[in-house]
Amino acid sequence: MATLQIREALRRAMREEMIRDPSVFLMGEEVAHYNGAYKVSQGMLEEFGELRVVDTPISEGGFAGLGVGAAMAGMRPIIEFMTWNFSFVAIDQVINSAAKIWQMSGGQYNIPMVFRGPNGLAENLGSQHSTAVDSIVAHFPGLKVVTYCDAHDAYGLLKSAIRDDNPVCFLESELTYGQKGEVPDQEFLIPLGQAKVRRPGKDLTILSWGKQVLMVEAAAAKLAEQGIEAEVVDLRSLRPLDQEAIYASVSRTRRCVVVHEGYLFAGVGAEIAARVQEVCFDHLDAPVLRVANRDINQPYATVLEKLVGPSIDRVLAAAHRVMGKASPAESTGTNALTP
Amino acid sequence: MKPESAPPDEPVESLDRLLRLPDPLPPCTRDELLGLYRQMALIRRVEELAAKAYTQRKILGFCHLYIGQESVAVGAAASTSDDYWITAYRDHGHAMAKGVSARAMMAELFGKRTGASQGQGGSMHIFDKSVRFMGGYGIVGAHVPMANGIAWAARAREEERVCVCFFGDGAANQGAFFEALCLAELYRLPVVFICENNGYAMGTPLHRQSAVTDMSLRARGVGMTREQLAGWDVQRVRQRVAAARQHALSGQGPVLLEIVTYRYRGHSMSDPAKYRPAGELEQVRERNDPLTLTRRDLQKDHGLDDAAIEAVLASVEEEADDSWAFAESSAEPDPATLYDFVYAPQTTSLAADTDLSAARPQES
Repeated sequence: MATLQIREALRRAMREEMIRDPSVFLMGEEVAHYNGAYKVSQGMLEEFGELRVVDTPISEGGFAGLGVGAAMAGMRPIIEFMTWNFSFVAIDQVINSAAKIWQMSGGQYNIPMVFRGPNGLAENLGSQHSTAVDSIVAHFPGLKVVTYCDAHDAYGLLKSAIRDDNPVCFLESELTYGQKGEVPDQEFLIPLGQAKVRRPGKDLTILSWGKQVLMVEAAAAKLAEQGIEAEVVDLRSLRPLDQEAIYASVSRTRRCVVVHEGYLFAGVGAEIAARVQEVCFDHLDAPVLRVANRDINQPYATVLEKLVGPSIDRVLAAAHRVMGKASPAESTGTNALTP
Repeated sequence: MKPESAPPDEPVESLDRLLRLPDPLPPCTRDELLGLYRQMALIRRVEELAAKAYTQRKILGFCHLYIGQESVAVGAAASTSDDYWITAYRDHGHAMAKGVSARAMMAELFGKRTGASQGQGGSMHIFDKSVRFMGGYGIVGAHVPMANGIAWAARAREEERVCVCFFGDGAANQGAFFEALCLAELYRLPVVFICENNGYAMGTPLHRQSAVTDMSLRARGVGMTREQLAGWDVQRVRQRVAAARQHALSGQGPVLLEIVTYRYRGHSMSDPAKYRPAGELEQVRERNDPLTLTRRDLQKDHGLDDAAIEAVLASVEEEADDSWAFAESSAEPDPATLYDFVYAPQTTSLAADTDLSAARPQES
């Protein structure tokens, strides 16, 4: 068992898959000579050479499209977006090309590729470098959408994503690349589409994914001090979605809170809440609540920035509310800054 | 690949690199030219039938016809038959030139399960993996970067193949096109970019959509080799695409060909093309019709008589009619297959050499 930073776990996954399969290559801005903007690909150029660890010009649409074409022709490209914010100038290749070619070719050309890079809230990066693309990429049939909260899952999920025969959007976080965790020395894969119960509990289910899972675990620990046992489920994959795991947990706990980055409005949490209420209606003792980014573009100043995303206090408030305890919990219908 | 950090090796003015290779192929034999003529005639006839079927609502949606441009796809196919092709939405002619049967083409337009793309694609999305036809695409210019990836894969596998990428004059204004040119030249990829300049981006004539009307000049800013040529002579297209292919495979980088052509019909079936100056179409058809010119060459250079030509056209008529009958009698897609095309089934094992025990979710 080794203790690895998440960037090291991701690197180990890519290295192993590149050694295993010569059709895998990594392409993106600054991935080679600069060793990666966040040092995820450190040392990989030296090991694999310029034809497999490829620097690109600042041309996301160009190299994302190159990846799609290479995937059609039998390669397994890993396309790194320096941040998913920059994927918007390439999103046509993700949505109109990668997601659709298997279907519109009548099942002749599949697209085995990974789009990966940091996503969502960072710190003081301002409006254009803080977007969570979860709901955007999860909207489309044909894409898989995967994320992780620790080094163990980052490694096992990225390996599966690289071996998957479909396009996978792999959502990382610049805030947690340095976060350390234990990763077994023996190779393993984590199948895509399997949620993971991070903390068992009987009183309510808190569903989350990505780096917010760690915050939710901290909130669950506080709830436990108050005598409320929250079950924390890390979805890990938004497409495909492990609906069975969600329904099984919520049917048992009878209460559900969904916590995620990105916006409430047409967010992934809205989709999950709708499904839970449809399937688990008879088991629910309270409305499904969501804690997500407030409906504003990300301000720079720290005092404002900290108010935007999910927080322990907001999760506690939502949990209290579904438990029927008096709480100044925010309501979806207002923009009030509570608590 | 170019060595990284290579300094510019020549002054900027000399970056206008013209494709100077001579015609690499021997002239067409009589049979070869007759084959090209037959293929062009078949494309035209199938397109005419598609227009008829469209008015009868047997073909639905958008339908962009290739009539008038046949010499470009057929000439290119004559020198790149084993290579990869990718094109835009006006793809019927390319698909057939590359080897998609008239039957599979027409059945796709009719939305039948026997269609090239099983009725999933339609007019704009013809695919045939068996002949390396990587598809028609409906987002103008967006497939051009994909050509680079196809070429990347071909080169990585040390195949002696290029990717031939067709697009229109309208696409040469799209950002994706410019990004693709930059990357292709930077990585010296074996791509032959073919801008089929048919004079109109939908209803907008070239001079109103681009300040530069020789679209091959788009290559100059990235240092790419280029050539502009007239597209109505199928033998000329065959030779110059062969030259471009030779250049691209030599490791000297891609080539941008602008092939000047003309479409006889509107942008799509719903466009009556009233924006054309009076007499323009008639003049082009009179002077530059690919079928008429090739028929003349067959008669003048190869001594074919009218009877021989008419026999070919009769067989074309038969094949085109057969494609209609085939399409009409084919079964519709099975509604039970509705969800078959969301994800490709996993063909490589995710677990074969792997212990998954560490990865299973904890039971609660």
